[in-house]
Amino acid sequence: MKPYFGIFRLRFINALQYRAAALAGIATQFAWGFMEIFAFAAFYRTDPGAFPMAFSETVSYIWLQQAFLALFMMWFWEGDIASSITSGSIAYEMVRPADLYVRWFCQASANRLARAALRCAPILLVAFLLPAPYRMSLPPSIGQFALFILSAALSLGVVVSFSMLIYISLFFTLSPSGVRLITAVLSDFLAGATIPLPFFPEPVRAVVELLPFASMQNMPLRVYTGNIAGADALRGLLLQIFWLMMLLLAGRLTMKKALNKVVVQGG
Amino acid sequence: MGLYIKYFAMHLKSQMQYKVSFCLTALGQFLVSFSAFLGIYFMFTHFNTVEGFTFQETLLCFAVVLMAFSLAEMLGRGFDLFPRMLGNGEFDRALVRPRNVIFQVLLSQMDFSRLGRVIQAALVFVYAIPNSGVLWTWDKVVTLILMVTCGSLVFFGLFLLYAAISFFTVEGLEFMNIFTDGGREFGRYPFSVYGENILRFLTYIIPLALFQIYPLLYLLGRVTSRLYMLLPLVSLLFLVPCVLLFRLGLRRYKSTGS
Repeated sequence: MKPYFGIFRLRFINALQYRAAALAGIATQFAWGFMEIFAFAAFYRTDPGAFPMAFSETVSYIWLQQAFLALFMMWFWEGDIASSITSGSIAYEMVRPADLYVRWFCQASANRLARAALRCAPILLVAFLLPAPYRMSLPPSIGQFALFILSAALSLGVVVSFSMLIYISLFFTLSPSGVRLITAVLSDFLAGATIPLPFFPEPVRAVVELLPFASMQNMPLRVYTGNIAGADALRGLLLQIFWLMMLLLAGRLTMKKALNKVVVQGG
Repeated sequence: MGLYIKYFAMHLKSQMQYKVSFCLTALGQFLVSFSAFLGIYFMFTHFNTVEGFTFQETLLCFAVVLMAFSLAEMLGRGFDLFPRMLGNGEFDRALVRPRNVIFQVLLSQMDFSRLGRVIQAALVFVYAIPNSGVLWTWDKVVTLILMVTCGSLVFFGLFLLYAAISFFTVEGLEFMNIFTDGGREFGRYPFSVYGENILRFLTYIIPLALFQIYPLLYLLGRVTSRLYMLLPLVSLLFLVPCVLLFRLGLRRYKSTGS
C-alpha cells in the first residue's frame, strides 16, 4: 500500500506547482459558470413551469461542476500514461515491483484530486457569497452531504476506471487523439456535462440514467443539490458501485491481455 | 496570395497522410459540436422559446457562430500554437524572412480536422435556413454572409490577440478561452439572453454580439433598419487593436537565442 500512497503524494505536489495557471483557470471557470447559469436563467424566466429541476438546484449543480471540473470531466487526459505506452517506456514500468493497473489508477486519481483541491476552494467560496438567485446553496441535510461525499468518491472511481480502459486501448491502436476525443465527448455528454440529465427528454433520460456515464458527475452533483434523495440516492449509489466493479474488472482483464502480448520495440 | 495557396495545399497534403487518424479526429470534432447541438435540442423539448427566440431561430445563431469559429480556428491555428513557436525559437526564423510576420504565423499551421465542425455547422444551416421563417430576400442573404465572414474575422482577431499576449506573458493565457471557446459555446443562444450587461460587453468590448444578435434581429424582420444589417462590418474594427498589440509585442520581442 505504501508505494501507492507515495505515488499519490508525488503527483499531488507536482500538480500544486503551477499556481498562476491555476489562478487563470479559476477565473475562466468562474466566468464560464456564470454564463451557463445565465443561459439556464433565460429558460427559467421564459417558462418556470417547464423547468425540470428547481432553479437553485441547477445553480448549485453548475457551481459544483465548475469547482470539481478536474475530478469528473473525462477530457482530462493523463499524458504520462499515454506517452509511456506509445513511446515504449512502459518497459520500465513493467519491471517495477508494483501492480501497473493500481499504479496508474493511483496516479490518475491523484492528479485529478490535486487539481480539484487547488481549484475548488476559491470557486466554492465565491459561489457561496453571491447574491441570491445565483448563490450556491448548502445541501438539504447532513445526511445528504455524507451521501454526496460517498457518491463523489465512487464517481471519481468510475471516471478513472473508465479512462483506464481508454489508456489500455492504446495498446491496440496507436491513434490516440481521435479515440480519446470521441469517447470523451460521448461520455461527458451522457454524464450531464453539457446539460444536467433532468433536462434530457423523458424516454432518452430513462435509458441514459442506467448507463455507467450517469454514475459519473451526474450522481454526486444531483445528490448534493437534493435533486436525488432518500431511496433514490441509495439506489443510485448501488448502481455506482456496480459500474465501478464492472469497469475495474474489465480494466484488469484487458490490461492483463494487453501486457501478455505487448512487444516493446528496440532499445 | 499564391504563397498562401501553396501552403494551404501543403498542410492539406501532409494531414491527409494519416487518413484514419485524420478522420477519427474530424469525427471527434463533429461530435463535440454535435453534443452542443443536442444540448440545445434537448432544452427545446422542454421549452418552446427562450426570451422570444424559437428553436429554429436559435439554431441560426448556433450555426453562424460555429461556422465563423471553425473557419477561423482551422485557418488561424498558427496563432493558437504561437506560444510554442515563441518558446522553441521557431519564430526567429520567421523574423529573418522577407515577408509579413503575421502572414507567416498564419501559414505555419492549419488544422483541417476542424472540418468536422464546419460540416456540422453546414448541416445545421441546411435545416435552419428554410425552417427559421426568414423571408430570404437578397438583403437577408447578404446579411447572413456578412455574419459568417465578419464573425470569422472577429474570432481571428481573438486568436491574434491571444498570440499577441503571449509576447508579454505565458501565464494566464487560459483566460482567453472564455472569449474564444466561450464565444463559440455561449454563442449558441442569442447573446441577449445573457442579460443587459453581458450584451453591452459583447457589443462594445469584445464585439461578438455585433455579428450575432443584431443582424439576427434584422434577418427575422424584428427591426427594419439597415444599420443592423451592416453591424457585422463594424465589428471588424476589433481587428485594429489586435494587430496593434501584436505589433507592439513584436517590437519589444527579444529572442531567447536558443
